[in-house]
Amino acid sequence: MPQKELDLFKAFRNPEHMKALAKLIKQESKTKIRLMEVCGGHTHTIMKYGIPQILPDTIEFVHGPGCPVCIMPKERIDHAYVLSQQPDVIMVTLGDMIKVPGSHGSLQDARSKGADVRFVYSPLDTLKIAKDNPEKKVIFFAIGFETTTPMTAALIDQVIKHDLKNIFFHINHVTVPEVMEVLLQSEECLIDAFIGPSHVSVITGSKIYDQFPKKYHKPVVVTGFEPIDVMEGILMIVRQVNEKRADLENQYKRSVSYEGNIVAQDLINKYFDQRELFKWRGLGNIPKSGLKLKDEFSYLDAEKIYDKVLPKEEINDHKLCICGDILKGVAKPTDCKVFGKACKPSSPIGSCMVSSEGACAAYYKYGGVL
Amino acid sequence: MCLSIPSKVVEIDENNMATVDTMGVKRQVTLDLIGESVEVGEYVLIHVGFAMNKISTEEAEESIRLYEEIIEQMNSGQIDEDEGDMGYASKRT
Ligand code: SF4
Repeated sequence: MPQKELDLFKAFRNPEHMKALAKLIKQESKTKIRLMEVCGGHTHTIMKYGIPQILPDTIEFVHGPGCPVCIMPKERIDHAYVLSQQPDVIMVTLGDMIKVPGSHGSLQDARSKGADVRFVYSPLDTLKIAKDNPEKKVIFFAIGFETTTPMTAALIDQVIKHDLKNIFFHINHVTVPEVMEVLLQSEECLIDAFIGPSHVSVITGSKIYDQFPKKYHKPVVVTGFEPIDVMEGILMIVRQVNEKRADLENQYKRSVSYEGNIVAQDLINKYFDQRELFKWRGLGNIPKSGLKLKDEFSYLDAEKIYDKVLPKEEINDHKLCICGDILKGVAKPTDCKVFGKACKPSSPIGSCMVSSEGACAAYYKYGGVL
Repeated sequence: MCLSIPSKVVEIDENNMATVDTMGVKRQVTLDLIGESVEVGEYVLIHVGFAMNKISTEEAEESIRLYEEIIEQMNSGQIDEDEGDMGYASKRT
């Protein structure tokens, strides 16, 4: 066969392979399995490619909390909003945060009212903003799961190395295993197996899921984001269930190893400690599920420097929102009374509608066919 | 927001910055998070301006080979309604 160049996009979207895997899953799936795809990237793939429609009824999806934008509680967004109002401050964050509403509005609203808020593609873009504005205080509002944490750490590394005096950090990084554990421990939990995140696992390695098969007897298959990856991941779970196994398996070997990216992990450990608690929108406080700057770097920590002006009061989730139940698998977006009516992507009430990776937003966009 | 795009390295400069090609679009990313050496022509995953790993093309090809095998077995009738498994699972664990 002539050597054709490998196309990593098309190769994992091939409709023939998709059909073949769907057929195998149909043949082999005997018992009902409630699969949680932890990561919002998977929710998006599943809805976009209509995967539920080509699977047998035995496979049911429970859409997970893995969208770091969706789970950002209003309290934290209000922090960003308040910081953006402080004298001589430039707020910098990743584009994903643009529209997420807090109780005063989103960062986009703050900008339209005159605050200096900049949305960047990479945390490193903050360096240039700080250099161009030496008289300003540049605050990087850091968001994301383990996937994005090392990039914030790399920025901190640069700030320290070059002794830059005008960059500060508001850290909102969250971690995946702790929330998976909380969902499993909830009494109404209906999850039988997990499709493990793709790019979180590139950084952490699949080792962070060891406890789920061992302690909770739930299969975990780390799976890539392409539709074929998802189909193969599901087949691997079906086989585990048929064989009464609960193992940690890796479908996404082309990018994920057991140990993960050690350089990135070392960088995370150098700058961050676990928080006692971090509040997740829709799920409430989860122990040890968020990161903060280590005490020795307090001089970079905007949360400490601006402590006096940052609001502290708790803000409750909207009464009608059932995101918590959706994440536990006991409800679907379409069960929510305000889904698609008062709650839409343009005016989200709850966390699952906030970004296109949230379950409600994915149902809204691709049709709630489940 | 964890999406990250497979891209081909087309150039690496002395500051460990790589020019990568993402479906025809060229951009600059840093290789600082990658602990191993990266060569021009290899694939990396890009996330917010950083390469986060090297993609193993051998593993990708291995996956594709398995999907092709499933289709062959289906076409030759080796997979029928009752027995789907052709030892495929054991290869992937
Ligand atoms: S539709 Fe809106 S209010 Fe209802 S559960 Fe989803 S996010 Fe919450």
